[in-house]
Amino acid sequence: MTISEKILAEHAGLREVEPGQLINARVDLVLGNDITAPIGIEEFRRTGATKVFDPDKIVLIPDHFVPNKDIKSAQQCQLMRQFAREQNLTHYYEVGEMGIEHALLPEQGLVLPGDLVIGADSHTCTYGALGAFSTGVGSTDFAAAMITGEAWFRVPETIRMIYQGKRRPWVDGKDLILYTIGKIGVDGALYRAIEFTGEAIANLSMDSRLTMANMAIEAGGKNGIIAPDKLTKEYVQSRAKRPYKFHYSDGEAKYIQTIDIDVTRIEPQVAFPHLPSNVKPISAVGRVVIDQAVIGSCTNGRLEDLRTAARVLKGRKRAPFTRLIIIPATQEIYRQALKEGLFEIFLDAHAVISTPTCGPCLGGYMGILSKGERAVTTTNRNFVGRMGHPESEVYLANPAVAAASAILGRIGGPEELGVAA
Amino acid sequence: MIPVPSVVKLVLGGFMIYKGRAWKFGANVDTDAIIPARYLNTTDPAEMASHLMEDIDPKFLEKIQPGDIFVAEENFGCGSSREHAPLAIKHAGIACVVAKSFARIFYRNAFNMGLPILECAEAVEGIHQDDALQVDSETGAIENLSTGKTFKAQPIPLFMQQLIESGGLMSYVKAFKMKSE
Repeated sequence: MTISEKILAEHAGLREVEPGQLINARVDLVLGNDITAPIGIEEFRRTGATKVFDPDKIVLIPDHFVPNKDIKSAQQCQLMRQFAREQNLTHYYEVGEMGIEHALLPEQGLVLPGDLVIGADSHTCTYGALGAFSTGVGSTDFAAAMITGEAWFRVPETIRMIYQGKRRPWVDGKDLILYTIGKIGVDGALYRAIEFTGEAIANLSMDSRLTMANMAIEAGGKNGIIAPDKLTKEYVQSRAKRPYKFHYSDGEAKYIQTIDIDVTRIEPQVAFPHLPSNVKPISAVGRVVIDQAVIGSCTNGRLEDLRTAARVLKGRKRAPFTRLIIIPATQEIYRQALKEGLFEIFLDAHAVISTPTCGPCLGGYMGILSKGERAVTTTNRNFVGRMGHPESEVYLANPAVAAASAILGRIGGPEELGVAA
Repeated sequence: MIPVPSVVKLVLGGFMIYKGRAWKFGANVDTDAIIPARYLNTTDPAEMASHLMEDIDPKFLEKIQPGDIFVAEENFGCGSSREHAPLAIKHAGIACVVAKSFARIFYRNAFNMGLPILECAEAVEGIHQDDALQVDSETGAIENLSTGKTFKAQPIPLFMQQLIESGGLMSYVKAFKMKSE
């Protein structure tokens, strides 16, 4: 069996499962946010349920529109907050402790290797980086799992991606995943698990691995997963407050497809409007003038991302008439960036630094684009109207490219600025 | 597998025959197109419906009739997990969605919501904007009344059929709750 199949089998109380099989499985964690949880909570109440299955296993995080952007958002958060108090939930994170959910859960050790996690957010697939099976669902599945502690799954076929070779300078997890989505398309992994393997994955930092698993959904994937290793162990052992388990794919595990990727050929990637699969290497971008650069989100708002941005921004200023918005993904990341002096560099570069929020990534607030404006951003989607006006444009890139572009006032890489990698 | 009670019959979006006008869409219609994220600060389905496809066509809602049918290419509903998307479609009066394929979370949500969806590549090829359609969600028969051509959708997986027949996921959960109390 593959690692995904093993985790599903174990949680379904079965010795074995195979692709296509429908199973009912126990979940270790059920996640909701200020957009999806309110609908789920209303569904929960409509059934007449009075108690969640386990107050330690439900995580509610207001992160999309907080601190509240308007009265309606405030009402959604209020509903969630009341529910968290009423149900005595252990894991409710108020503004001031919160972070963007998919950065916060791994950081706080809430999700661990071998876990089966569902979240009412499509980027729940992020935790695959730790060797967990995690996938996004809707508010109804979220509501049902809050009552039963279970969810149904169709066991997915697995696509194995093998990344070989050494990365070029300024290439990180974001580029590997954008390149992959460009290769297989936005539905290339529809209904399937993606297993990221190979020497280039073994050499990737945990922050970069989280970025890769995070965007598995952008290829249509049900989950993205990376087998745990020494780095995983180092990452989780200080954070875990409960036992965890490492699973590995068997030598004879069956894959529906195996794709080899030569990493040595991958340059920093830029996804042009309006699909994440519409990628070009940085050398082929041409002249694309930008109005805004955003560094943040569940995809690229982690410490490594901010450090990379700081290396590029140090001693430089963003171009005139260009906004640079930096959003540390959690309070801990915020604090650490402050300690390391990154904020000085950002402020000197004329960036604004925001409290953790999903904000502009989904066109919520904190950096909405006007008609005809263009943004380069480290976020995950560039659909029509994603960051604001339907006639605005979003270009996806890694933090180094977003930072360099803010300096240049057009899309470009740090090598143009002569920054040593 | 969830044991689905066989006696409980349809409540929410059960099997039916739908007649309506076709609205054609391309590939990868994403959830931001179906309902832009700026309108996600509500749990009111009527309000969600009022912004359906707004960024594609600001007057979209005035043009559709209750019972109309969406017909789309591959990967309909990609992107976010927001249930606001199938809810907006359903509450705007759209009877069902026929596509070459659906994004996974949207597919799951649609069943949980009771929004009938069918996968049929040939039908999508054989249907044009404004064609009159008749769809039988139980047999998967899709008839283009404008051209007289009939197509057969992929059968809905048995488990999903049972889920619909039992009234959607929450009906099952209600039964679970009563049993455990």
